[in-house]
Amino acid sequence: MTERMTATLEPVQTAPAAPATARRMFERLHWIRLVEEMIARRYGGAGDVQDMRCPIHLSSGQEGAAVGVCDVLEDSDLLFSTHRCHAHYLAKGGALQPMLDEIHGKASGCVGGRGGSMHLMDESVGMFASVPIVSSAIPLAAGAALTFALDGLPHIAAAFFGDAAIEGGVWHETANFARMQNLPILFVCENNLYSIFTPLRRRQPDDNLGRLAAAFGIPALRADGNDVEVVRANARAAVDHIRQGNGPVFLQIDTYRYREHCGPNDDDHIGYRPDGELAAWRRHDPVTSYRDTLLARGIITDADVQALQQAQTAALVSGFAAALAAPLPEAHTAGDFVYA
Amino acid sequence: LFMPDTAAPRLLKTSDAIREGLTEAARACRDVLFFAEGVDDASAVFGTLTGLDKAIDPRRLIEMPIAENGLCGIAIGAALLGKRSVISLNRAEFALPAMEQIVNNAAKAFYTSNGKHRVPLLLRLVVGRGWGQGPAHAQSLETMFAAVPGLKVIMPVFAEDAKGMMAAAIADDNPVISIENRWAHYIRGPVPEGYYTCPLDGPKLLRSGDALTVVASGYMAAEALRLADLLAEHGVALDVFDLRVLRPLRLADIIASARRTGRLLTVDTGFKILGMGSEIVAQVTEQAFSSLRAPPRRLGLPDHPTPSSRGLIVGYYPDGFAILQSVAAMLDLPQATVDRVHAALTDKLEGVGVDVPNRFFQGPF
Repeated sequence: MTERMTATLEPVQTAPAAPATARRMFERLHWIRLVEEMIARRYGGAGDVQDMRCPIHLSSGQEGAAVGVCDVLEDSDLLFSTHRCHAHYLAKGGALQPMLDEIHGKASGCVGGRGGSMHLMDESVGMFASVPIVSSAIPLAAGAALTFALDGLPHIAAAFFGDAAIEGGVWHETANFARMQNLPILFVCENNLYSIFTPLRRRQPDDNLGRLAAAFGIPALRADGNDVEVVRANARAAVDHIRQGNGPVFLQIDTYRYREHCGPNDDDHIGYRPDGELAAWRRHDPVTSYRDTLLARGIITDADVQALQQAQTAALVSGFAAALAAPLPEAHTAGDFVYA
Repeated sequence: LFMPDTAAPRLLKTSDAIREGLTEAARACRDVLFFAEGVDDASAVFGTLTGLDKAIDPRRLIEMPIAENGLCGIAIGAALLGKRSVISLNRAEFALPAMEQIVNNAAKAFYTSNGKHRVPLLLRLVVGRGWGQGPAHAQSLETMFAAVPGLKVIMPVFAEDAKGMMAAAIADDNPVISIENRWAHYIRGPVPEGYYTCPLDGPKLLRSGDALTVVASGYMAAEALRLADLLAEHGVALDVFDLRVLRPLRLADIIASARRTGRLLTVDTGFKILGMGSEIVAQVTEQAFSSLRAPPRRLGLPDHPTPSSRGLIVGYYPDGFAILQSVAAMLDLPQATVDRVHAALTDKLEGVGVDVPNRFFQGPF
């Protein structure tokens, strides 16, 4: 018991990522931004017809957190997500078409049109479930971790959640149990500074959220979400620590949501963000800043970026076309899958 | 040489039968996990988990911190990964902090995964009664759970059935909420040895008769059964159903019975208003209106919280007398018959106080 309570994790020093890793992460960052922005552009529909008729919580600005963490997870490691699950789904390697089809309410959606954009899953890559009630998926991840521990499996569970989730009792309940049972679980807290319109400073006395994990004897790391390599290095250290049997780790990733809480629009005009805050975060954009870093390192070229843009755009355009063409589910199947 | 007496049936209390059902199921499948506050302590949830730590790998007994929502979620998460989670809560009220996980995740994971995820979960909720349990230790909340698609809700009462229902609930791939009244725990009956299941497939006809259809849920099935037996001695034979499974609610047999008898009385262990009887009366009326010869009646708890004092509790729970009064009014029974049954019932109660379980209602059944 005493030994468990003293588990610590040193702050992580970062070295430049290996070229293959860097390219992989950049492609994924770029992909997620492209998907999210095309959803935003097309959400209003053509003419009077809106084709994506469910709430959307876009991840633009937060891609670094998802990509940096998921890059060190295996397909057999299970990710549990929230209402803002698009980046997690794509970073974990989730397939585009079932995601787009789900957001379009189509039968071929990843959950058959039963969930919409807040319930994305792709079990083939360990994107296990998304639950849109704040904090709700955190104990599910711990239950998965408990199963791994009891069965002697080497996998870990990763619970992604926002800064508001640590205000919910269920996070605290889960953290305590995870520590008591030494569970292989990574708590990933994406601090985007806002719970809808309410800033963190009105909800917490301190923006160091790892102090809450420390109260349970869980080591905490903190990373700049705009630097995917810093995120990855911290996630690597956390995952190694967990896989060595040391129990849970809490990783706070500071990040920023560009668009409105729910919907395709900008919302800076509302005035809940301090003047200049959005612009300041955009100057350190996780996608373009990493592009510039890799260009400067000579790992990618302008031509690579253009080719990537073209290839990903083409895939996305055909993905949207396929989603539009796909059939809606039949109303008479709405009562299926209530009981196993 | 020891020879088992095969002629005498083995009598167990329902709580012991539940323990046997849980234990046999845990022996039969190593994926079964038990979560409880005091999972292996001296009480072990009113003895229903006693000895499990010897019967199976104790790592499968998981001590719950007092954190019901989190631990329900964790048990659900384990179930999603293939475990069969059993949570036992000493009072139903402790499930209230966990409604978020029960309603959002346990009830919906199969649906929101388009049939990919299953939640084999048994959530046992013990309902207190008597000895001043009061407003927050005696709530029979079955209709809250029965209102949620995706959950199964059962109310085991009689020992043999309760043991088989526990095994069936653990074998079920759906979340099952078991509402166990403390007074039902004391009921005794013959119980087979070994592993067996009693399907969670609907109500069970306990007694047959043409005069009237009684549908009772939970502990009230025992009250209805005893009263029906006394009435039968006086020539009034009732159909008595133990509702058993509140969700999915399968009323075909009850509707057929009501068509035949033309009279329906429901007896709830929980509230009368918005109780199970409300739904049963509605469905019977919708489907068998022209067969009814009298307005259906409902018995259940009055529309206020459960008081603690034995002074305030008088008349709070439906009992044999209340059921007798309703049956007599619906059948227009001769006063002499009513008086004789009333006297017989009074005799059987042996003057025991209103706030402790009576031996008459403990069986054997």
